Amino acid sequence: MTELVTEVGGPGAPASGPPARARQVLRRLRSDRPAMAGLVVTVVLILAAVFAPLLAAIEGQDTTTFHIQLLDSARGGVPRGALGGVSADHWLGVEPTTGRDLFARALYGARISFTVAFGTLVVQLLLGVAIGLAAGFGGRVADAALGRLIDLAISFPQLMFAIALLAIVPQSFPRPVLLMLVIGLFNWGGTARLTRGQVLSLKTRDYVAAARLSGASPARIALREILPGALPQVLTYAAILLPTNMVSEAGLSFLGVGVHPPTSSWGQMLSTATTWFRADPMYVLVPGLSLLTAVLAFTLFADGLRAALDPKASPRGRR
Amino acid sequence: MILYLVRRLGSLLVLLVVMTAVVYGIFYAIPADPAILVCGKGCDGAQLAVVHHKLGLDQPITAQYWHFLEGLVVGRDYSSGPDVTHCAAPCLGYSFQTDLPVLSLIAQRLPVSLSLTAGALVLWTVTGVSLGLVSALREKRLTDRLITVFVLGGLGTPVFVSGLLLLMVFCGWLQWLDFPVYVPLTEDPAGWARNLILPWLTLTILQSAIFTRLTRTGMLETLSEDHIRTFRAYGLPERRVIGRHALRGALTPLISINAVEFGVVLVNAMLTETLFGLPGIGQLIVQSSNNVDLPVVAGLTLTAGLAVVLANTAADLLYATVDRRVVLA
Amino acid sequence: MTGNGADGNTVLSVRDLTVEFSSGGGVLRAVDGVSFDLAAGGALGVVGESGSGKSTTALALLGLHRHTDARVTGRILLGAEITDGTGGVDVNALDDEGVRRLRGRRIAMIFQDPLSALDPYYRIGDQIAEVYRTHSGAGRRAAWARAVEVLDRVGIPDAARRARARPHEFSGGMRQRALIAMALACEPEILVADEPTSALDVTVQAQILDLLDELRADTGMALLLVTHDLGVVSRSADEVLVMHRGRAVEQGPVREVLRAPARPYTRALLDAVPRLDAPRAARREPGDPLLTVTDLTREFRRPGRGLRRETTRAVDGVSLDVRRGETLGVVGESGSGKTTLVRMMVGLLAPTSGRISFEDRDVTGLPEKRLRSIRGDLQMVFQDPTSSLNPRRTVGDGIADPLRVRGVPAGEARQTARELMERVGLDPARHDRYPHEFSGGQRQRVGIARALSLRPKLLVCDEPVSALDVSTQAQILELLRDVQEDYGLTIVFVSHDLAVIRQVSDRVAVMRGGALVELADVDELYASPRHEYTRALLTAVPVLA
Repeated sequence: MTELVTEVGGPGAPASGPPARARQVLRRLRSDRPAMAGLVVTVVLILAAVFAPLLAAIEGQDTTTFHIQLLDSARGGVPRGALGGVSADHWLGVEPTTGRDLFARALYGARISFTVAFGTLVVQLLLGVAIGLAAGFGGRVADAALGRLIDLAISFPQLMFAIALLAIVPQSFPRPVLLMLVIGLFNWGGTARLTRGQVLSLKTRDYVAAARLSGASPARIALREILPGALPQVLTYAAILLPTNMVSEAGLSFLGVGVHPPTSSWGQMLSTATTWFRADPMYVLVPGLSLLTAVLAFTLFADGLRAALDPKASPRGRR
Repeated sequence: MILYLVRRLGSLLVLLVVMTAVVYGIFYAIPADPAILVCGKGCDGAQLAVVHHKLGLDQPITAQYWHFLEGLVVGRDYSSGPDVTHCAAPCLGYSFQTDLPVLSLIAQRLPVSLSLTAGALVLWTVTGVSLGLVSALREKRLTDRLITVFVLGGLGTPVFVSGLLLLMVFCGWLQWLDFPVYVPLTEDPAGWARNLILPWLTLTILQSAIFTRLTRTGMLETLSEDHIRTFRAYGLPERRVIGRHALRGALTPLISINAVEFGVVLVNAMLTETLFGLPGIGQLIVQSSNNVDLPVVAGLTLTAGLAVVLANTAADLLYATVDRRVVLA
Repeated sequence: MTGNGADGNTVLSVRDLTVEFSSGGGVLRAVDGVSFDLAAGGALGVVGESGSGKSTTALALLGLHRHTDARVTGRILLGAEITDGTGGVDVNALDDEGVRRLRGRRIAMIFQDPLSALDPYYRIGDQIAEVYRTHSGAGRRAAWARAVEVLDRVGIPDAARRARARPHEFSGGMRQRALIAMALACEPEILVADEPTSALDVTVQAQILDLLDELRADTGMALLLVTHDLGVVSRSADEVLVMHRGRAVEQGPVREVLRAPARPYTRALLDAVPRLDAPRAARREPGDPLLTVTDLTREFRRPGRGLRRETTRAVDGVSLDVRRGETLGVVGESGSGKTTLVRMMVGLLAPTSGRISFEDRDVTGLPEKRLRSIRGDLQMVFQDPTSSLNPRRTVGDGIADPLRVRGVPAGEARQTARELMERVGLDPARHDRYPHEFSGGQRQRVGIARALSLRPKLLVCDEPVSALDVSTQAQILELLRDVQEDYGLTIVFVSHDLAVIRQVSDRVAVMRGGALVELADVDELYASPRHEYTRALLTAVPVLA
């Protein structure tokens, strides 16, 4: 019999196979201007954080030296000069009451912010993926129990626990590590839910049944057939967690339970800035805008990544 | 339905026991001694022992936790020297720091937190839903893009940054408002509202960004559904297709999202309170955590857990009335 | 049965209809210069395979491509005025408001999936009343009464009460009736039905088609019936329009076109359709039992986690033999338990009770490890060619995987995979391509190659051709027949399609509600069905005239 109809993939067939799909995702991502802008800013900020000591050395300042002579003691220690004491020596001015260099402190703040955000992400992924996999693969009882745990972890105001925990752990424990552990420990629910959902959905695919029929072991099925399908989604979600983690760190430092002085952090700077917003707006703007830029850039990039991976957001749009 | 409520109640009890146990566990595991904070620096061993006994810290942690649960269910007696004070159920104990009953501490601060969140809830729901709708109906046009920029800005700005910026502009620069001081609604309604404007706005910016985004996607999704096509194919006027059929589908999921977001709202309200120095629950948590005030922290955890579960249950029930396909189980 | 036919007046006249979608840089012409007429009270079947542009044409008639990427050109004239010389309304030339007033009042449409076509939040009666009020300006009370009236007209029992139900409380067939009621509410001149019965079981399909015939005869409403099923066209239309890649290939009276097609495409399409009355190959003489199931039962827990265990029996006490060398057809409507039954046969699901023995060995509920020794003997071909292949593995790897699992060296496995690709009619050079680069029919071939790689004794095919167009379907059925000969396979073939089952099977098992209703040799079953349900099924199948 002759081939009547040239069979085409048809609009319903999702283009999904590794190399082609990866290329397609990259192409979509590249054409997404906000996402690319986010990526560029993200890379610049990360480089700045990595080379913070170098950049501070170029400016000729550090984070700890007091510059009392630059302050107006009659006005309670506000920096002299316009814009909070911006000068050739102090590119972003100095801190009120202490006169420490703001450029250097903001740079080192970025270090803390990014380190904690990435470290936390590792903790979240380890916990979330492990619990999600256990729920997805573990059978009905494990799934019911872990499913409830995940629901709870998602809806609960975890930061409350985090505050209590951070407030009472002795000062000798390295603070950034503690922050990663605490934020990660209380915010893994989303990752777990997503992983579980992916596993449960992929498990019902016919190709998994076919693998079982061929005698493949459960471990082989999990590694070969299910995980490769679930991971891209999980990693994309992870990208969205980064800005969230940065905000969590800043929030905890703002509440006074984050990193301790003299280590600088954006949240902590903002917390002191609360009393200076009238007299020295620059002291609010420097850490505030740093945090805002970083969070926005990360979010834009992560959103773009998600959109590029989402088959529903096809460039053709709705028909 | 009844089965659902029974199950919910059961899981609530389990949840509360687990949560408070965790709090006690955390406090036990760490070496900080609240007695030192209470007693002051110049305390000697004997004085410390007295304080320990008074706070019940000389008992094993399991006993302390048991007394806490006991107090919750049947109330408990406190003896400080010759007097015995009875604390009726549900008794959350007394603050290590101030000796005040925890329940009344919380009750004192609840109106502040409620004023903040309830007011902001109205604001962000209204702005979020309307912006989201406009954005969806004007998809890919200028209005939509402007709203998307607002959403991104709102999502990217933590409350302590947006709050500070608002303070800078309205208090520092324009001088339209004074730095907020909490005035109870019952004393001076106008002052209450005036002082809460900035905190409300702060919470609203973030939360309405979340809501705008959700409403927009919900609306776009619903608009692409088959039944919308049906009503268009039957010649219903567009405003009716959108106002009656699309809107209902887009807004219904927001009910449960409000509940899921509840935890996030609590945290953001806490940060807002701290920023504006409002004497609410959030401030109490930060203070008592820093002071290792175990009974207050445990009491607050319990209250927050209760609130979260109640909010979720209410949302489930509401959802089931709005969407008849949902079966509660 | 067909309608009374036309009374000569044309109510719809389409000329040079073209619909183009701009996608990316290029332009896709989904409908290309199609012209046709529809007579008052007549029924025109628009038939074609997927991608032929038939649904796009239907949507254009109501102006439903407005405000999308599509560009519609040509004339769509509507109304009895076409014939009397005064013209008619050109849907394509009207403004939005004008089109809106036509929709539902003069031309109405029903859709394939009646569940998603209705608003889940509102009562069915309210939805119909809303449409009626929009066009008639009637009051609430009158509109509700009209809704109940039309629901009653389309055969909803106890319509006054059922009008208060929401769509999810209706069955599939009832929902389609409700949608037809909505269409009837304003007594339109034309009803456009886009695959109205494709999502329904064959017995329900027969009822809906009967209803459409009857309404057409009673109200004089013209019907435009879009479908992929030539049987449905043959049963319910007077005229037919065959579409292929956006063009009208052939049109004319149904009987003429179907009996003596003028175009090769139409002829090939007709040849590919499995028929209940076509001659079939001689029945093979079955050997001894290869697989025996005895009193097999499978229960599932109902969704929703109640305190009490609520279960449904998907398969309820089924006993049968599968004999060496035969093809056993398993036929049933949705929910009959046929898929559950065969999944238990190959060991993908454990039975709740009962016994399965394979080659006289009891294999019931063997643990996965012990099961592995017979895994290679029992293989399966699945329905959905998209979900049956891992999108992240090349088809060569997919076919070779079962061999690798069994320790065949990689090189040898790859070689075998290529030979198998050749055997199932695929180019072995494409072994390192990914599934999405293959068409639906080709993917199904990959699935068959994978199942053959372990040289099984029993091959279970679960609706292997249901997702395919009719011409592709014929090719896959032919391939299965060939490999059955070559490999000496025993096949269990599951389908909802009685004609397909008849074409491939030696013996047929009819299932309903989890139970085995009738099991007989194929000729006997189709010639003289013993069970009442089998008879009902057979009479419900639309037959090509």
